[in-house]
Amino acid sequence: MADHGTPGTAVETHQEPTAASGTAVVLPESEKIQNPGFPPFRPRVSDMDPAKAKANERRVAWLFVVSMIGSVGAIAAYIVFPITPGDENSVRLNTLFLGLGIALALLGIGVGAVHWSKALMEGHDLSEERHLTRGSETTRARAVEIFHLGNKESGFTRRKLIRNTLIGALALWPLPGIIVFRDLAPANQDANEVLRHTMWRKGTRLTKDPNGVPIKASDVTLGSVFHVIPEGLEDREDALEQKGKAAVLLMRLKPEDLHVSPGREDWNYHGIVAYSKICTHVGCPVALYEQQTHHLLCPCHQSQFDITHEAEVIFGPAKRPLPQLPITVDSDGYLIAQSDFHEPVGPSFWEREHV
Amino acid sequence: MANPVPTSPRRKTGRRSPLASVALLMIGLFATGGAYAAFTSSATAETPASSQAQVSEGKKLFEANCASCHGIGAVGTSGVAPSLVGVGSASVDFQVGTGRMPMAASGPQAEQKPTQFTDTQIAAMAAYVATLGPGPSIPTAESLKSTKVSTGAELFRVNCAMCHNVAGAGGALTEGKYAPSLSGVSAKHVYEAMVTGPQNMPVFNNLNITPKDKAAIIAYLQYLDKNPSPGGLDLGNLGPSSEGLFVWIFALGAIVVVTIWLTAKPN
Repeated sequence: MADHGTPGTAVETHQEPTAASGTAVVLPESEKIQNPGFPPFRPRVSDMDPAKAKANERRVAWLFVVSMIGSVGAIAAYIVFPITPGDENSVRLNTLFLGLGIALALLGIGVGAVHWSKALMEGHDLSEERHLTRGSETTRARAVEIFHLGNKESGFTRRKLIRNTLIGALALWPLPGIIVFRDLAPANQDANEVLRHTMWRKGTRLTKDPNGVPIKASDVTLGSVFHVIPEGLEDREDALEQKGKAAVLLMRLKPEDLHVSPGREDWNYHGIVAYSKICTHVGCPVALYEQQTHHLLCPCHQSQFDITHEAEVIFGPAKRPLPQLPITVDSDGYLIAQSDFHEPVGPSFWEREHV
Repeated sequence: MANPVPTSPRRKTGRRSPLASVALLMIGLFATGGAYAAFTSSATAETPASSQAQVSEGKKLFEANCASCHGIGAVGTSGVAPSLVGVGSASVDFQVGTGRMPMAASGPQAEQKPTQFTDTQIAAMAAYVATLGPGPSIPTAESLKSTKVSTGAELFRVNCAMCHNVAGAGGALTEGKYAPSLSGVSAKHVYEAMVTGPQNMPVFNNLNITPKDKAAIIAYLQYLDKNPSPGGLDLGNLGPSSEGLFVWIFALGAIVVVTIWLTAKPN
């Protein structure tokens, strides 16, 4: 760019695309907006004053030195502030100073490089035109030629058997992936059955989460909420998987507040009701119980369930009510399940009826 | 203090016998010991042996300040205020002690605000309400002590964290109700909230969470109060909302500033 300083000359000019009739208004040459070009070159202080240039050079050098200090400091901090097991504060100091050191190291290089280019490097504006997207006619003709040659040499269109079997092979290869994902459920078990049933059986005692202490009906006073797991959960190897399905929320309401549908009359015990804690939307634990409104709120997507109306959905994205666990008491007064849930708990899945 | 300064004439005339100090010390010790014994014995008893004078003082305060909503005899007013028969002294101590009662205005839930009564007045009202029917009583200072922080943390995660947030920072409920932050709430009030279930908070009776486990939960909350977040700024412990906002403002802000600097003309 030898001719800098004269506006507009640095811009490479291209032939204007010719407008087809009817697509746009074609302006006469005099009304077209002219390319204003670059603003006039304004020398920087570094360009005029060698002392200022020297100062800027030192400034850039200092920024690079700061970067070096940062790198060394990061290593030093890692050694000076070791992580002591059990001391959270040591982790804090370690990561803080290590991070500050590395940040300084990278920022020093970056800021230095930018300052160098802005203050000292050649300062004239220039523009670089984009290449045209369309290739030249010869390039295009050559590309078509290569395609034809490839087809001729491989016989892709001529040997139909090979072509069709290749298409078949490509169509089939993703299938193993789909089958494998379908089978992510526990090995040697029917995924459908696993989703359909929980640990609850006839006579399984309701116990407290996390300590597994069985709950007497008399323990559950009005307004109480108990977080419940089935008895014997802690002894199982797959305790977490089972808890993910079997977790239950136990509440006591006044019996007259419950609106019980036919067939569920004996599912509660004197106003003590047990509902699955697994949201029917995407399976978050629904456990925010408001003891005056008897609403259960799911913290993930704000679905609300009304416990007085058998956990029907009153707000939010959940579609089905929470499944109810039928409960009663055994001869010792402990709360037990009458059976498993009468429907699958949690979110919908392919084989589920009434999705 | 025992040696009077000879230059002070006032000390010369008002000189006490050395035995006076001993006597004073003895009186002080007996007074504090006796008061402590009296306090602990009355607080541990199932039905607090509060004096008749305290109960009648509480009744007067109740009728002057609470009966307009809760009714004479604390039987409640339908649709306005619940009956207080059987809520126990713990409930009064919590609701009045945290300033939630008397309510300033009816709303989704009673807000915490500066306490309107002195400790003596609260104790009197609590004693009066306790006589209306058996209910949870105010816990003793001794029963609130525990060192089982990790047990408390586990119980807190199972029973409390879904509403109050795992770091006790509180959270939103439905229709304007919310679970308040537990930071800085006194151990006594946390305990009372668990046993009485104020407003929409469920009741956690002593058979659900034993008194020892309640003390462990309190120990966990106190641990949180005393130990700052190891990650530095906790931004209110509100999780992705406040953290995202922080990044949105400061990280994007920094990027904008750098972009402006990069494209600015040098002088």
